[in-house]
Amino acid sequence: MDTALRPPVIARPPPTRHVGLLARLRKSLFADWKNALATVIVVALLVRWVPEFYNWAVVRSVTQPDNDACRALDHAGACWGVIAEKYRLILFGRYPFDEQWRPLVATLLMVAMLVASCTRVLWSRWLIAAWIAVLAIFFVLMRGGVAGLAPVETARWGGVPLTMLLSTLSIAAGFPIAVLVALGRRSHLPAIRSMCIVYVELIRGVPLISVLFMASFMFPLFMPPGISVDVLVRVLVGITLFSAAYLAEVVRGGLQAIPKGQHEAAAAMGLSYWQTQRKIILPQALRMVVPSIMNSFISTFKDTSLVTIVSLYDLTGSLALALGGDANWRQFYLEGYLFIAAIYWGFCFAMSRYSQWVERRLNVANAH
Amino acid sequence: MAVIAAAIWFLAHNTLENMRVRGIQSGFGFLAQPAGFDIGESAFAFDSGEPYWKAFLVGLSNTLRAALVGIVLTTILGTLIGIGRLSRNFLVRGLCTGYVELFRNIPVLIQLLMWYTVLNGDWLPPASEALHPLPGIFLSKSGMSFPVPEWEQGHGVSLAGFAIGIVVAWLYRRWARSAFEKTGVARPMVWPALLIACAGALLGWLAGGAPTALEMPVRNDLNVSGGGAVTPEFLAVTLGLTIYTASFVAEIVRSGIQSVSWGQTEAAGALGLSRAQALKLVLLPQALRVIIPPLTNQYLNLTKNSSLAVAVGYPDLVSISNTTLNQTGRAVECITILMAVYLTLSLVTAALMNWYNARSAIRER
Amino acid sequence: MSSSIEEFPMRTSTLQVIAATSLALAAGTFAASAYAGKTLDAVKQRDQVVCGVNTGLAGFSAADSQGNWVGLDVDICKAIAAAVLGDAKKVKWVPLNAQQRFTALQSGEVDILSRNTTFTLTRDASLGLFMTAVTYYDGQGFIVPKKSKITSAKQLKNAEICVQSGTTTEKNLTDYFKSINVKMKPVVFEGFEASVKAFFAGRCQAYTTDASGLASIRNKEAPKPDDYLILPELISKEPLGPMVRRGDDEWFTIVKWAIYALLEAEEYGLTQANVDQMKSSTEPPIQRMLGTTEDTGKLLGLDKEWAYREIKAVGNYGEIFERNVGPQSALKLPRGLNNLWNKGGLQYAPPIR
Repeated sequence: MDTALRPPVIARPPPTRHVGLLARLRKSLFADWKNALATVIVVALLVRWVPEFYNWAVVRSVTQPDNDACRALDHAGACWGVIAEKYRLILFGRYPFDEQWRPLVATLLMVAMLVASCTRVLWSRWLIAAWIAVLAIFFVLMRGGVAGLAPVETARWGGVPLTMLLSTLSIAAGFPIAVLVALGRRSHLPAIRSMCIVYVELIRGVPLISVLFMASFMFPLFMPPGISVDVLVRVLVGITLFSAAYLAEVVRGGLQAIPKGQHEAAAAMGLSYWQTQRKIILPQALRMVVPSIMNSFISTFKDTSLVTIVSLYDLTGSLALALGGDANWRQFYLEGYLFIAAIYWGFCFAMSRYSQWVERRLNVANAH
Repeated sequence: MAVIAAAIWFLAHNTLENMRVRGIQSGFGFLAQPAGFDIGESAFAFDSGEPYWKAFLVGLSNTLRAALVGIVLTTILGTLIGIGRLSRNFLVRGLCTGYVELFRNIPVLIQLLMWYTVLNGDWLPPASEALHPLPGIFLSKSGMSFPVPEWEQGHGVSLAGFAIGIVVAWLYRRWARSAFEKTGVARPMVWPALLIACAGALLGWLAGGAPTALEMPVRNDLNVSGGGAVTPEFLAVTLGLTIYTASFVAEIVRSGIQSVSWGQTEAAGALGLSRAQALKLVLLPQALRVIIPPLTNQYLNLTKNSSLAVAVGYPDLVSISNTTLNQTGRAVECITILMAVYLTLSLVTAALMNWYNARSAIRER
Repeated sequence: MSSSIEEFPMRTSTLQVIAATSLALAAGTFAASAYAGKTLDAVKQRDQVVCGVNTGLAGFSAADSQGNWVGLDVDICKAIAAAVLGDAKKVKWVPLNAQQRFTALQSGEVDILSRNTTFTLTRDASLGLFMTAVTYYDGQGFIVPKKSKITSAKQLKNAEICVQSGTTTEKNLTDYFKSINVKMKPVVFEGFEASVKAFFAGRCQAYTTDASGLASIRNKEAPKPDDYLILPELISKEPLGPMVRRGDDEWFTIVKWAIYALLEAEEYGLTQANVDQMKSSTEPPIQRMLGTTEDTGKLLGLDKEWAYREIKAVGNYGEIFERNVGPQSALKLPRGLNNLWNKGGLQYAPPIR
């Protein structure tokens, strides 16, 4: 090309209609009439409700535990004073007031262990030993009776420590059962296979509340007369059996994803059934289903709120305990619910974010 | 095997021994005895003199009522939100994402209780001063009352007409589809079918004598009586379950739509299909394969979660079973009935969805 | 395929152990069946009476914020602990809701159920439990907001009435309205708190439970007690009293006579304050009761000062009533039917001799 004849054209910026923040906004919000309509509706809703909610929750609210000020509000604003007044009863249930540092420490330890279990760096044999140690410390702290701590019976445990205990123990105890049931479902022996199928389908087909009723009403009848089982243990057994059934399905999914070649190679190497499972199959399968196990944990954590129906005072039940018997504060139930909903939301959201992160990392790792 | 058999025998023996020693009676004979309690709301008339098994039936009908309404609403809401999460509009996308993250992470029991507290709140008047926004409609803390048609012969004929209309509509769709295959002329499928079904109902109604008698709710000194009512308990259960399950359904729908490869959308565009046509003819059938199994799961979860209605005072199956258990002391029998019913519901729903799944599976060559 | 033995190499020994254990436990079942008759031994060995009470019903059994239990049912249990073990503080309190109470007693979780439970045929005959003695003659009533201008239960036509499930209350409600041929709609709640909360939120036009419970609710739970009215009709008989398990006649007799002793004490003028100096009384019935002449306790399986300790710990029935539910307490209930037989009431204790 003869560049001398044609002067070079200086590059011009793109037309403003298609670039810049305003253009992006227009493309996103007003691309066609349906989008524009949706934008208008959403903006109208937000403008109508968000300032109203902010006013109710923050501006006009009362944060001091002042019952008269709260009543004077007459629902024009939120009465966060009910939380300021009752937060210890809500968070710790009927645990003796002076000893409430113990469930606090126990809960923090448990949460720290959960966070530690989530960092891959720390996955080793020592983690299991640490878990057993932390569980033992948890029980000792809550139960008391040794090392100069006053004994506190299990009927008085409640609030956040109880929720954490129920969800963690039921997953921890349900996990070995789930693995055994998942293996049993794939076994060649018809008796074991049918029993495992019956167990899983039965538990998955009924609501948790009926399992809890069965545990709390019928469990005592199953035991020989004279042996009375603690209510907490009964409910724990019920929730454990329930979560084990769902975990069994999750583990079975992982087992099904292991290529047959692995089984054949293990057999070729002369490994027995249990050696194959322990050394080859289960490590791969479990690593694959870690996100699903996390989801199960989140579900179990939410499901522990049901124990309030069998009169165990977990976080939901302790709210009823705190506000139900108190005529002065009873009309502020909504603020109480928002408080415990926020606590549940915080835990579950963090856990679900973590499980999504794990899933992404696994997908990256698995994509060769 | 022997271990497990021994364990089961051990448990059964203990139970029977305990019951004998303590003089607790067993057997299902109590089901024929008069119930002795009234039920707050039910789809059909129930009196305290009727037997226990009828009370269980009322409980089951209440559960099904809440579950079916919940399933329909949650499918609609969940699909809308799932599609909204993929929208180009970042406001809509953000709102839907916020919805899903918020309601997925709060336990369903707390959501039910919160809705019930709100519905019982002070913004509605007590029943004695019910609002009367429209003729025949009353709104108060005790729920919403509306006029219902009084059941007469003519309504039965109308229902028969509706059934015939559905059959004719189905025949029309078959004819339209085969005509399309032969001639390539696309005929509308949805509107004519709906029109035919409604026409069938209308003709049936006319043929039955056009009954128009309505049972109107009446406000008296205490509250509103008569007519049909939607109680705050039913509303709380349905709303709470719908909103909770919709957040899961939204995720399922979203992942289903995203599972269809982008090439399909591009190819549909290349063929000249509009976005709506592409969605209906290309994307949704493929997405449904991925959506149906987890969706089944969510329907089952909703049905099972409806058992929590006992906490808000809705007389569903669990609540009735509880009352019976307390009045007769037959814990084992009542809980067995409860679990058997839920198990049946779960298996039926799973079987239905498996049939649908098999029918819509892509037959690979 | 490999044979099953190779697949489960560890099966044999574990199987033997498990089979042996379960057979041993099963054998233990037969031996343990006889346990049901030995509550007194268990209580003495444990050195504690396990008492099932209400989770929180003011006047009958409620825990204050320090965790101390007070109430009429609570005092009965304290009296029994004093009679059997010598110390009214040797009680373990197990709060139970309406659904759990009978199973807890049936299973052995509690020794005695002192939880404002009504004495009915079904409960006496088919639950494997026995009623002991009536500690409170009650009846079921209604509470309404004064705003509704209702003054009689007969005016509750088409009303929605909040009621708690799992109690005799539901059945009585339907029976009563059937008998007066008035329609109403029950709104049934699972727990006490839920039902009370719904009533005070305005969901229903009336609330029904035992009249003593109504007084307790009006004074403790209502935001403004004066806005509520307890209707005059008592629609049922509700004799309340503690329950024990069947098959243990010894424990049944002890509990029954412990309650009768409280009534006899009031009849003969023994109070918490004067019981010590009454020990030197010369009246034969008092001497028998306090163990100065005869040893009635031996026949029950206790020692001779069983009644003395009871009265010293909690006072006589009248004092228990006054302290917890009487006109001087927060509930302000009149003695009414719960007065002694010679003062116009129904409380009649068989003689201790």
